Amino acid sequence: MHIAVCIKQVPDSAQIRVHPVTNTIMRQGVPTIINPYDLFALEEALRIKDRTAAKVTVLTMGPPQADDALRKCLAFGADEAVLITDKVFSGADTLATSYVLAAALKTLDAREPVDLVFTGKQTIDGDTAQVGPGIATRLGYQLLTYVSKIRELDADSRRILVERRAEGGVQVLESALPAVVTMLEGTNEIRFADMPGMFRAARQEVERWNRDAIGVDLAKVGLKGSPTVVAQVFGPKPKAVKAFRVAGDTPAAMAEAFVDRLFADYPHLE
Amino acid sequence: MSNDAPVKKKRKFELDPRLAAYKGVWVFIEHERGQVHPVSWELLGEGRKLADMLGVELAGVVLAAPGEGQPFCQEAFAYGADLCYLMESPVLKDYRNDPFTRGMTELVNTYQPEVLLLGATTQGRDLAGSVATTLATGLTADCTGLTIDLDNRSLAATRPTFGGSLLCTIVTLNYRPQMATVRPRVMGMPERQEGREGRIIEHPLAMAEESIITKVLDYIPDDTRDKPQLPFADIIVSGGKGLAKPENFQLVWDLARVLGAEVGASRPVVQAGWVELDRQVGQSGKTVRPKLYIAAGISGAIQHRVGMEGADCIVAINNDPNAPIFDFAHYGIVGDALQLLPALTEAFRQKLATARRAG
Ligand SMILES: Cc1cc2nc3c(=O)[nH]c(=O)nc-3n(C[C@H](O)[C@H](O)[C@H](O)COP(=O)(O)OP(=O)(O)OC[C@H]3O[C@@H](n4cnc5c(N)ncnc54)[C@H](O)[C@@H]3O)c2cc1C
Ligand SMILES: Cc1cc2nc3c(=O)[nH]c(=O)nc-3n(C[C@H](O)[C@H](O)[C@H](O)COP(=O)(O)OP(=O)(O)OC[C@H]3O[C@@H](n4cnc5c(N)ncnc54)[C@H](O)[C@@H]3O)c2cc1C
Repeated sequence: MHIAVCIKQVPDSAQIRVHPVTNTIMRQGVPTIINPYDLFALEEALRIKDRTAAKVTVLTMGPPQADDALRKCLAFGADEAVLITDKVFSGADTLATSYVLAAALKTLDAREPVDLVFTGKQTIDGDTAQVGPGIATRLGYQLLTYVSKIRELDADSRRILVERRAEGGVQVLESALPAVVTMLEGTNEIRFADMPGMFRAARQEVERWNRDAIGVDLAKVGLKGSPTVVAQVFGPKPKAVKAFRVAGDTPAAMAEAFVDRLFADYPHLE
Repeated sequence: MSNDAPVKKKRKFELDPRLAAYKGVWVFIEHERGQVHPVSWELLGEGRKLADMLGVELAGVVLAAPGEGQPFCQEAFAYGADLCYLMESPVLKDYRNDPFTRGMTELVNTYQPEVLLLGATTQGRDLAGSVATTLATGLTADCTGLTIDLDNRSLAATRPTFGGSLLCTIVTLNYRPQMATVRPRVMGMPERQEGREGRIIEHPLAMAEESIITKVLDYIPDDTRDKPQLPFADIIVSGGKGLAKPENFQLVWDLARVLGAEVGASRPVVQAGWVELDRQVGQSGKTVRPKLYIAAGISGAIQHRVGMEGADCIVAINNDPNAPIFDFAHYGIVGDALQLLPALTEAFRQKLATARRAG
């Protein structure tokens, strides 16, 4: 079985700071990480590999620096890594991103048939959860989103049985390979990369594919191929009216003054 | 979040004449196990405003099993829809990506709406991603504000960005329909108008069960009996990292008990394991819209704010007079939460006892 895992390198959002005056993002020096949700996808693929000797290929579309993220995946135990990189791919929204990823997966599939594609539930930067459905739709693969558990997977019968998080419950879905699975968080925990893994990852080649390698229509990639346009970025506005400050000498006096005032202003709360 | 943020960079463009034919605002009426998700009614409330700005009709889109959809359409009229597109087929009994994507894209291609809104739920996001890809149009995720740029009739969708620290407004210019998803409870629930009527346009789906690969074998409902139900609570008392110790969080529970309120928390409190994940309010937790939200020892970071600023009345207790939460709270009580929470519990207890005796 051949499993492809799509990962994205994202800025460590816990460390993003906004310039207090200009309200712009201060990206300099913000470290990047593998999108945390994608590690659940990778671990699930590696567990299938442990059980069935499947082959795991990781892919990312991103700038040359995304090489780091792919090497980490190799250290965790992925077999091969592909960096899909070309300056014409930059500025892509989800439609253009899923177009490029689907083209890359087709290229991979032609070389060695792909049975299962994993993605994370969503990323922590774009945070749309749209790329997984986009890839599945483009490839005509079965789409299984928000999967919390793979109950059965059989390469010979092409059968896959999963639990999917639905509103108010869990759907048990039976489907067939090839499929795209977007993994829910908290379903597993990524293993530690061991020493041999890290050495191997450092030496191993990460393949690089550009527009020619995956054969794409230039009108459909990058900024040009993206229907959505960011018109404006801005910081949150303070409310026009400042909070009413409750006064009082002791906590008890403040509490009493506040409760009186609250019920005077909002009589229906009683 | 501000719905009326001006779109700064005006792009001059001529809408493709084929696309100019796209008219009307649509809302996907999501249901599971015979229940419509309330986010659909919230979206009809918002869709009504957009349709009125554009001077077009508001439609609900109902995909359901035979005989199941009519009552959903009637409800949609009560919440503001002028008409409903109703597609009924045995293959639409349970939600599955394939038949729903087929049905929705066929309706869009036939009746051509200019705006299509869906809930940012596990169902809505699954469907929206596939439909937008099939139609090759733009889809803006998790919007907190929607408005129309009347200069070019385009949908201006605002959403948090970069982990929620900023907001951005996204437009989809020369593509139709313009699609967006909105999380539950981000928009208010519109008034239900009993007896309001509308038209139903039925459209068949020519799809056989045999052609659909994915099957629903089972559905295991969540055990919701003991789960906190924050999104629909009227009163919420939330505690943050300012309470310093897990033992102090008991003060939040005490006040909540007197008020008959649910207990909420900021993310660090959840991460420290003081309360369960279902109580986290904010961007990566629950979005809430209570009548009263009391935040004790919470700084008011934007990721928390986006989850609770829809509350009618926000009360902030914080010992730092410059805490960001005072920028958007309605009442500010500057002081030590460890003293103020018990004082409030007592003051509310007395007040409510008097009110009850009088009433
Ligand atoms: C602040 C912000 C807001 C945005 N809002 C929108 C929007 O509303 N609509 C829109 O269309 N675009 C939007 N974009 C653009 C969008 O983030 C990019 O298209 C991005 O490349 C993919 O989307 P995502 O990060 O939301 O991924 P998601 O769809 O959330 O990712 C799901 C999974 O897909 C896989 N994946 C995603 N990207 C890659 C990749 N480059 N390489 C390999 N695998 C990947 C990962 O497994 C990931 O877990 C936004 C971008 C930013 C920075
Ligand atoms: C991608 C991402 C997603 C996130 N999602 C969420 C989310 O969903 N929900 C969320 O809440 N956060 C979220 N966060 C975290 C968020 O950025 C803040 O870190 C968090 O909200 C801060 O929590 P806090 O206010 O409890 O703690 P702090 O920021 O530590 O603030 C504590 C406050 O308590 C006050 N205080 C201290 N002592 C006292 C006292 N004795 N009495 C009264 N006041 C006192 C302080 O003045 C301070 O204002 C997210 C962050 C990221 C990057």
